Amino acid sequence: MKRIILAAVLTLLTTATAQAAGIDETINTATAPIAAWVGKIVFFKIPVFGAELPLVVLWLVVGAVFFTFYMGFFNIRGFKHAIELVRGDYANPKDAGEVSHFQALATAVSGTVGIGNIGGVAVAVTVGGPGATFWLIMAGFLGMSTKFVECTLGVKYRNENPDGSVSGGPMYYLRKGFAERGMEGLGKFLGMFYAIGIFIGALGIGNMFQSNQAYVQLNNVAGGTLDGLGWLVGLVMAGIVFLVIVGGIKSIARVTEKIVPFMAIFYCVFALIVIFMNAAVIPEAIANIFTGAMTGEGVAGGALGALIIGFQRAVFSNEAGIGSASIAHSAVRTNEPVTEGTVSLLEPFIDTIVICTITALVIGTTAAADPNFAGDAQGIAMTSAAFERQISWFPVPLAIAGVLFAFSTMISWSYYGLKGWAYIFGEDQRGQTIYKLIFCAFVVLGSTVQLGPILDISDALVFLICVPNILGLYFLAPIVKRELQSYLARIESGEIKRFKGG
Amino acid sequence: MSNTFLVAVDGSEGSVRAAEFATERAVASKAKLVLAYVIEWSPYSFHTPDELAERHKRREEEIERAHSTVLEPVSQSVKDKGVDVEAVVHHGHPSETLVDLAKDRGAAQIFIGRKGQSRVASLLFGSVAGSLVQTSPVPVTVVP
Repeated sequence: MKRIILAAVLTLLTTATAQAAGIDETINTATAPIAAWVGKIVFFKIPVFGAELPLVVLWLVVGAVFFTFYMGFFNIRGFKHAIELVRGDYANPKDAGEVSHFQALATAVSGTVGIGNIGGVAVAVTVGGPGATFWLIMAGFLGMSTKFVECTLGVKYRNENPDGSVSGGPMYYLRKGFAERGMEGLGKFLGMFYAIGIFIGALGIGNMFQSNQAYVQLNNVAGGTLDGLGWLVGLVMAGIVFLVIVGGIKSIARVTEKIVPFMAIFYCVFALIVIFMNAAVIPEAIANIFTGAMTGEGVAGGALGALIIGFQRAVFSNEAGIGSASIAHSAVRTNEPVTEGTVSLLEPFIDTIVICTITALVIGTTAAADPNFAGDAQGIAMTSAAFERQISWFPVPLAIAGVLFAFSTMISWSYYGLKGWAYIFGEDQRGQTIYKLIFCAFVVLGSTVQLGPILDISDALVFLICVPNILGLYFLAPIVKRELQSYLARIESGEIKRFKGG
Repeated sequence: MSNTFLVAVDGSEGSVRAAEFATERAVASKAKLVLAYVIEWSPYSFHTPDELAERHKRREEEIERAHSTVLEPVSQSVKDKGVDVEAVVHHGHPSETLVDLAKDRGAAQIFIGRKGQSRVASLLFGSVAGSLVQTSPVPVTVVP
């Protein structure tokens, strides 16, 4: 029976994509005006001193700054405790076998570490100059506070389903949190709005974009032999995704989830090697970052322009304020929501402060040594060129890493989208299978057709959902603060026991 | 001296022999048996978000299955010999969990069956009995 369904789905997908390949022009022309309109609203830019500041980025940054101060710089104060929690120092041995803090963190990190860490940083440095790196790090630092608040709330307001599984995330804390404060209608509206946004975002940024990037990567390594074969690559990827999310073949996912952290470490090690091979220019590259951050030389909008680009890329990469990680963290069974929030503040640290900064240094040192190293290459190709200058064979493993990052991001986002779907249509199994089939179809679409405008719409929606999310965070922040104070007091008094170390 | 013996049970023939042997000793010294089944698990493994959401349910199922398919038949036959018995299921690293359990229950000794695997196999996959012998705070009896 399963095999028949599989065959049917595959035929359906093949015919659908064969047609789609022909009609992508039509779709593009039809959706382009909508995309332009949505983009204009979501990424509405206000001109400030010659730079253009998208309102939504301002919204995210102001939120991050506020939460950093409101929580009393818990992103610094809580850092040591976050590591103790991940290490399992406070894990009760009786709970062995439940999801550990480490597992929740690793899963959330594989969802955020992706193409953006390799390619997005190159874009930031190209557009915003070396100074953008400084603001990227600052944004990562502030984003830690936003993550802390949203992940704490995700656990606090999650739903426990009758079958013992859990569903959580912004849609739940928006609905329940606002209801507690007597604004039931608003909460319902914001929750539904968020669920629809994350569902569409999952199909776009978490699916089509990833599948497209994976195909481009593979085609680059294969020297262009896959030109026009996007549908085939897409079908293979969709097949693997299908096996994981519909077929329940966890071993594939487990292999990827094991390889991704390894790849991330591998990437960082080689990046450090390249940086040290460029040792002579390290001081110059670092100096460029600081002077660039303050003067913004050669950047449209000067220092402020560099700041905007840096912040924007950081948010694209670590998703703080978007609320997606809160969905993944809700799965942890803990009596203390604060512990999950504390652990999650390591995410922007790993994603943005460590990995993005290393990429920026690879590009920065290479550029300092040889300003024309990349030629016309941009994005991920630029990062690849920087590596290639020192290690000639590195573009191949880099491409493989890119494909794996894309795959693991797809798996994570398929879950975020599923939770959005389940919030809208209920936790019914058949409905969820329909969603998963739609998700697989979009994997094929993503690498077959160049649906630029549709991607733009999805991109815009992902940023649009940070509006209700952060609004909710402002309203619910006092609850998080109370929880945090009570938790810290109980740690102090020894009521919360430490089981190892210390 | 405490009169509790810990027996590692994993459903293998070796572990059944270990339980039988421990039962004989328990009858002789009027001891109580704790049968322990350890489900290999690490807090540092990687999972998909889907698996994390289902983890609690799966854990309950794993514990239930270990009790019904492995521990109950063994503990029934121990009970038939008139020995007081308790069955527990834990998640964790096998030998470390057994050591913790022995300390926790104040067990006088641990009984464990062996697989009789070759040197290469134990090098590759490790041997629970082997590492238990090295780390246990109480005497360990390895039953062939």
